[in-house]
Amino acid sequence: MWDFIWNDFLVTGEPIIYGAMASIVLATVGIVFVLTYFKLWKWLWDEYLTTVDHKKIGIMYIIAALAMLFRGGVDALMMRTQLALPNMNFLNSVHYNEIFTTHGTVMILFMAMPFIIGLMNVAVPLQIGARDVAFPFLNAFSFWTFFFGAMLFNISFVIGGSPSAGWTSYVPMAGPELSPEINQNYYLLALQLSGIGTLATGINFLVTILRMRAPGMTLMKMPIFTWSALITSIIIIFAFPILTIALALMTLDRIFGTHFFTLAGEGMPMMWANLFWLWGHPEVYIVILPAFGVFSEVISTFARKQLFGYKAMVYAMCVIAGLSFVVWVHHFFTMGAGAGVNSLFSITTMLIAVPTGIKIFNWLGTMYKGRIRFNVPMLWALAFIPNFTIGGVTGVMLGMASADYQYHNTYFLIAHFHYVLIAGTLFGMFAGLTYWYPKMFGHKMNEKIGKISFWFTVIGFNITFLPQFFLGLMGMPRRTYTIEPEWMPLNLLSTAGAFILATGFVIFTFNIYYSARYEPREKTGDAWDGRSLEWATTTPVPHYNFATIPYVNSHEAYWDMKETGATTYDESKLEPIHMPSYKGLPIIMSAIMFMASFGLVWHWFWLAIPGLLGVIICMVIRSFDFDEGYHVPIDEIKRTEEQARGRKE
Amino acid sequence: MSEHAELKTGPLEYRREDGPLTILGFWIFLAAEVVLFSTLFATYAVLFGRYGDATPAHELFEMPMALTMTFLLLVSSFTCGIAVHMMRKESLKGLVIWLIITLALGLGFLGFEIYEFVHYVHEGATIQSSAFWSAFFTLTGTHGLHVTLGVFWCTAIIIQLIRFGLTPVIARKTFIIGLYWHFLDVVWIFIFTAVYLIGMVV
Repeated sequence: MWDFIWNDFLVTGEPIIYGAMASIVLATVGIVFVLTYFKLWKWLWDEYLTTVDHKKIGIMYIIAALAMLFRGGVDALMMRTQLALPNMNFLNSVHYNEIFTTHGTVMILFMAMPFIIGLMNVAVPLQIGARDVAFPFLNAFSFWTFFFGAMLFNISFVIGGSPSAGWTSYVPMAGPELSPEINQNYYLLALQLSGIGTLATGINFLVTILRMRAPGMTLMKMPIFTWSALITSIIIIFAFPILTIALALMTLDRIFGTHFFTLAGEGMPMMWANLFWLWGHPEVYIVILPAFGVFSEVISTFARKQLFGYKAMVYAMCVIAGLSFVVWVHHFFTMGAGAGVNSLFSITTMLIAVPTGIKIFNWLGTMYKGRIRFNVPMLWALAFIPNFTIGGVTGVMLGMASADYQYHNTYFLIAHFHYVLIAGTLFGMFAGLTYWYPKMFGHKMNEKIGKISFWFTVIGFNITFLPQFFLGLMGMPRRTYTIEPEWMPLNLLSTAGAFILATGFVIFTFNIYYSARYEPREKTGDAWDGRSLEWATTTPVPHYNFATIPYVNSHEAYWDMKETGATTYDESKLEPIHMPSYKGLPIIMSAIMFMASFGLVWHWFWLAIPGLLGVIICMVIRSFDFDEGYHVPIDEIKRTEEQARGRKE
Repeated sequence: MSEHAELKTGPLEYRREDGPLTILGFWIFLAAEVVLFSTLFATYAVLFGRYGDATPAHELFEMPMALTMTFLLLVSSFTCGIAVHMMRKESLKGLVIWLIITLALGLGFLGFEIYEFVHYVHEGATIQSSAFWSAFFTLTGTHGLHVTLGVFWCTAIIIQLIRFGLTPVIARKTFIIGLYWHFLDVVWIFIFTAVYLIGMVV
């Protein structure tokens, strides 16, 4: 027993891991102590763990995403340290493999996606004038499955060992013969668990946006961020079931001995690559389109102009969504599919540059003759345009199948997708967070610290990734744990850049703490002279969002309201507002699913089977739950609104 | 969530404002299920004929068995339609009876499927035999699991109907299980064609 725990269950033998274990234990003890000492358990349970309020769920998503940004960031710094000089002995090859795998997986699935879904949760219902999402209970369930999925993935580095076959988990590398340890199971089950929640989010937001818009808001009058959330939801609904099946098939291969991707039994390893990227390429647009939505909102607000080419922006997103499903083969041009197939996918890939280019010109058009304010969200949006364009242009270079034989699996590719994903998604999320921050927390983020963090990030980002284009052309392969002497100068530069970039993130996080303590409280609710409905309600936003819902005439609903003097608090139209009750079941059910998944990871059927039964019991409990929620009485609405609008105390 | 004002006319399941919302959500969920099964069908097509050392499919597949299963499931879809028709006529008794008949036919289908699987395993074709058999058992097994879930789900709804009567909420749930059941039938038609018919010929 003790032998099993020490040799197999826990990861042993590395000082870094011991340090991690100690810090996990200390952090857990610290959190439990603080919660107990300040008697916060009940508050935490009542206000957050059981919440079905989309604003709070959004905040929890964003906090979790920032934590994962830190985790994936530490992975990145460890990799860059190992690669700074030839023959470094900081990480051994196995540990290095684990770290690049977890860095990729965590950053895409447990940082970028939840960050985006968090912002969607915060902004979309407010932008369309809704009081909540269509299925609040399901929304809470989505968050908790994501959260427990992320936890399952993260415990792997101290319990059992992290997956090490890359975030794409190509077979046979990730199969049972070459990765017989349990570590790959963590990847499969953690992604499966959080994928359930993502699919539910997609359905939830599609129904919310289609059915719960304010009166008068036709599809072509929706704010552009809501449009991006709509398109993203559709991509999620069509892409995630493919991942579900791909993961399930590999799980069957690894745990139950089937032959989908094996070399024995006439299985087809290449089918994994096809299934993975048939989901994985749309996934790229799941994380980039909402960022485009954020930039459109931010640029229009801070250029003080209507978004240029609104309809073109919408159609461009639709075209991108369609094309995203027909380009997946460009991830493996070198597999030997033949010239015909490669040419077809080369053309579809390059076609994506057309709608994306239209969007870039529309952003520039929005700024043309605008009276631009250089606040922090706008700075992120401005930095996005040139940096993302570098990523896009190198993407077209990679999209040429014949040329790709040269760049394939080199640092050129690494540089390309970091230019797209950091300059696109991450800058977008930082822009969105600083933009909606006053709506979420009732105060702005500090501008000065924000600008310092912005410059560290942008400069560090370019120092890190620009040299990698040249390293790729010099032939440095990706996923190598040690470098040749001739690659040393550029690698050293890149590593130095990574630490500057990390400093930017640290300052960004410090800004959250600083702003919470010292920034003046936001009173009007309209922090940036906004143009869409989320700025029409008070700050902090009442739990029912809008006391009365206005009639919408254009895609800049609040801008019109400000001109006509309309309000979201029309006393004559007040009615009791129906709200759903808070529920503990989503977190409990997700925790049970976590247990069942953990059991499957270890092939412990004595834990997995009761876990699955527990899930079914939870579903029955939910089916027999006839709780109708409650109504907020008119008196309470009046009191809340008048206090928030400063009319009476 | 909006007000739960109840309409006085129209189908029962649409009378509360959350009725159409939930039903639309379920339609979208079914769209995701279509993608899920499409992926499994594609996998099956890719791995078709890859038997390795295992028995080929046409030596095991039997038309009477496949036809019986198809018949049971198709009829259960029909009886499920009658059940919803009974609901429209606000006949609680008729609804429950036809749902129970549907359940019995579904259980019959499952019985045959389990018998079929056991039979194949005895003949030496298991999920571990080769890529083809992995794909076969996973595709039909996933459909079978969906039917099993549907049986439990439908049982829960029959209990609710008997205990709480025909309210708009339970009508909505009944309508949704109906959609689910028809969907499983549609998937089976594809399985019958792509797996059994083609498997017996090629």
